[in-house]
Amino acid sequence: SHYRLFPKSLGQVLSKFSVRELHISFTQGFWRTMQWGQPFIPSPPGAELWVWFHDTVSDVDGNWKELTNVLSGIFCASLNFIDLTNTVQPSASFKPLGLGNATDHRFLRYATLPREIVCTENLTPWKKLLPCGSKAGLAVLLKSEKLFHSSFHSQAVHIRPVCQDERCTSKAWELRQTLNVVFDLYTSGQGKKEWSLFKMFSRTLTEACPLASSSKVYVDITDNPEGELFELSPATPLLSQAVVLGDRRTYSVFDLSRAETFGQLRSLNLLLRWKGDSGDMLRPLLHAERYVAGFGLQTGEIHTVIYNNHPYRAFPVLLMDSVPWYLQLYIHTLTVTSKSRDNKPSYIQYQPAKDRHRPHLLEMLIQLPPHSMTEVTVQFERALLKWTEYTPDPNHGFYVGSSVVSALVPSMVAMSTNFTQDQPLFSSFVPVKEESSYFVRVYTEPLLVNLPTPDFSMPYNVICLTCTVVAVGYGSFYNLLTRTFQVDEPSPPLSKRLANLIRRMRGVPLLA
Amino acid sequence: MAAPLTLLLIVAVTIRAVLFRSSLAEIISERVEVVSPLNAWKRVVEGLALLDLGVSPYSGDVFHETPFMIYLFHFTVDYAEIVFMIADGITAVALYLSVQIYNKDVFRKQKYALESDRYPADCLELLRSPKEMFYIPLKVAMFYLLNPFTILSCVAKSTCGLNNAIIALFIFCTLKGSALLSGILLALATYQSIYPLTLFAPALLFFLQRLYIPVNPRRSSFWFFTLQYAFIYVGSLVVITGLSFFLLGSWDFMPSVYGFILSVPDLTPNIGLFWYFFAEMFEHFRLFFSCVFQINVFFYTIPLSIKLKEHPVFLIFMQIAIISIFKSYPTVGDVALYMAFLPAWSHLYRFLRNIFLVSCVLLACSALFPVLWHLWIYAGSANSNFYYAITLLFNFGQILLVSDYFYAYLRREHHLTHGLYLQKKDGTEATLVLK
Repeated sequence: SHYRLFPKSLGQVLSKFSVRELHISFTQGFWRTMQWGQPFIPSPPGAELWVWFHDTVSDVDGNWKELTNVLSGIFCASLNFIDLTNTVQPSASFKPLGLGNATDHRFLRYATLPREIVCTENLTPWKKLLPCGSKAGLAVLLKSEKLFHSSFHSQAVHIRPVCQDERCTSKAWELRQTLNVVFDLYTSGQGKKEWSLFKMFSRTLTEACPLASSSKVYVDITDNPEGELFELSPATPLLSQAVVLGDRRTYSVFDLSRAETFGQLRSLNLLLRWKGDSGDMLRPLLHAERYVAGFGLQTGEIHTVIYNNHPYRAFPVLLMDSVPWYLQLYIHTLTVTSKSRDNKPSYIQYQPAKDRHRPHLLEMLIQLPPHSMTEVTVQFERALLKWTEYTPDPNHGFYVGSSVVSALVPSMVAMSTNFTQDQPLFSSFVPVKEESSYFVRVYTEPLLVNLPTPDFSMPYNVICLTCTVVAVGYGSFYNLLTRTFQVDEPSPPLSKRLANLIRRMRGVPLLA
Repeated sequence: MAAPLTLLLIVAVTIRAVLFRSSLAEIISERVEVVSPLNAWKRVVEGLALLDLGVSPYSGDVFHETPFMIYLFHFTVDYAEIVFMIADGITAVALYLSVQIYNKDVFRKQKYALESDRYPADCLELLRSPKEMFYIPLKVAMFYLLNPFTILSCVAKSTCGLNNAIIALFIFCTLKGSALLSGILLALATYQSIYPLTLFAPALLFFLQRLYIPVNPRRSSFWFFTLQYAFIYVGSLVVITGLSFFLLGSWDFMPSVYGFILSVPDLTPNIGLFWYFFAEMFEHFRLFFSCVFQINVFFYTIPLSIKLKEHPVFLIFMQIAIISIFKSYPTVGDVALYMAFLPAWSHLYRFLRNIFLVSCVLLACSALFPVLWHLWIYAGSANSNFYYAITLLFNFGQILLVSDYFYAYLRREHHLTHGLYLQKKDGTEATLVLK
């Protein structure tokens, strides 16, 4: 294999463990779909890793375990907490995004760590994977002290096999690194309605990465055709149109490989100043929420609410839930209601959990009626764990990973099925199979569930007390079984006993 | 005696029906004292739902019933309430008839002993009269049907009621003298939960006593009958297990049911001693303590059988009590079964030493269980130690109750051989001690 731009560390890992596709993401914060719209690359809070292995692998679980440990070292994250108790094999929700049409989900592994925190330690190895590192190109902007001062931060690495040319004579690995950051300038800035590269990243762009074949900055100007909403400087003549998330958007393009982009000062500082009130955000067509209902530490209910905001089209969604084993789900209490009527899912795949071995996996295909809210509820019971199985802060609670809602949402605009080179990269992540719909994946909130705790200071005391009660039982039965009833003859006083002793020595008859 | 029994059955069914229709039924079926992971109704419904979804009920860790239960409830899940009420009725009637037969037996033996002058002169007041024994069977049935523990267990639809019915039928068939039916029912009871295995010894002793075979390992007649009975028992057990295999086509139910009972992986709180112990234990000693606690249940069989070989029915009572106290997932339904026998030993009242203390402890604990559960789980103002303490006290009270009755029984037997008013060597009144 020939490594030029592809990082060798990852390449060696992929070939050693016979990995076909790898998707890993680290997210801090939760994407607020109703305020920010549909994300380009969705990701759940915490860490998420899903991998398709090649058909030739014989021991997928062994490879998975080693792969998570190696990735944990590469990304400086605690991915070694991924083990069989939080790994599932979804059968329908995570199809391969690259070449090949394997459908045997025995070679797929999916795990999520909702508790994982993302920080500078994770950003640095991510930047190291880039060919230019953080020395040239767009990556010079990515300094951690500004990047983590944000409402949402998500970095991801996606590796999949693609065709190298039109006729697909040879295959290659494609590595995509994505970084989603949401800056909230009102709280952090001075309150002026403008943003610029310097304000967000405290530096500007000076040159493109020499190894890059294309290096572009896209600014969405669809809502501003005549310039009455905001003003973008410096002005650029380049425009690009793309169909992104079912909507035709227009972008101003800043091409960093052309010298005139940088202007006189040899640096590019994009500045956008708002003139009027910002317009309405496009309402996302698919949105999901999740929460825990009930009170007390014995039982509870998980409610997942899915909104279909399309005015007249109904479409099916695939809901995948992976619940840890210590919340025992009762699948006979599963109810799906839409518009206060029962809505039976057409396909349910349920794998119950085995205590301390694997989690629950529930996948359902639900038909969402147009302009409606669908609620999925399932009851669960909370288990009492062994005292060593609790985290050091047991009253914080236990995390339940996000549910995944995957759907082909009907698109207002025809999507093109051909991938051309001038399309922006963020519009071509998921291969489009048909023109009338686009693929959307929505992650719900992770849940935080409290479990009843034993008293952690009590091991010795409990052993002693319980054994005492068992010993009381043993003692009473032993006495009654081995001893017989006898008349109680009081023993003679000490003086008489001494006298009898002397008499016995003398050989004289004893006292009574 | 049929009319009072019928009236009792009607009253019992009415109480249960009223409770089934009220809102209390749902609250009761969630209580951990009444249901355990082994016999909760919610889990039976879950297992049947999994079967409908095409997943084996034993693939997860929710369903721990035997395939016999799947088979039974597959057809009767809509009439479950009637099934449990009928089970309670069967138990009560079986216990009624068993105690009736036992009383007749006791009275007959007493008559022969009196005629052969085997009793000392002053213990005539210890002898039992038909007048005193007349209402005992009805009292036994009443103690079972109207016991709040039984009613709670029935309203919660805990399958403990079905297990109790099988054990009661087994006792009835044993006392009736049918070795074949007794062996088959004992195999069914063992198949449901492993612990009734210990009831093999008292049943064997009863049959030997009935057939006038002396309990002497050196005699061939003893071995002949023992092997016959063991063959019936083991054979039925093998047949029932084989039939279960053919229901679902796999041996998955063995680790799910028997492995679960023996290795205690689920630590849901209950009224027993296992859960908190295994929650707080050091991991290194897990296997050791599992073995110790499980052996503790089976371990009293041989010594008790040796001591009580002339009194197999009391031995059955002792064994059932020991199983209910020391089993891995006890519920109040198990406690109710051995408490039903207490009227049969009402003649021992004068020799009981701690009965007041024991009844106060058991009543107080039964009242405190729901209170401290609420404080731990819902109010958050107590912790698990409070509930654990009441568990300890409840089991201690039960142990005291059982050992008290054992003491009284042995003491009465001693008086019947040596006389009631004993004197010391100098003629003053003597006290009896265990030495």
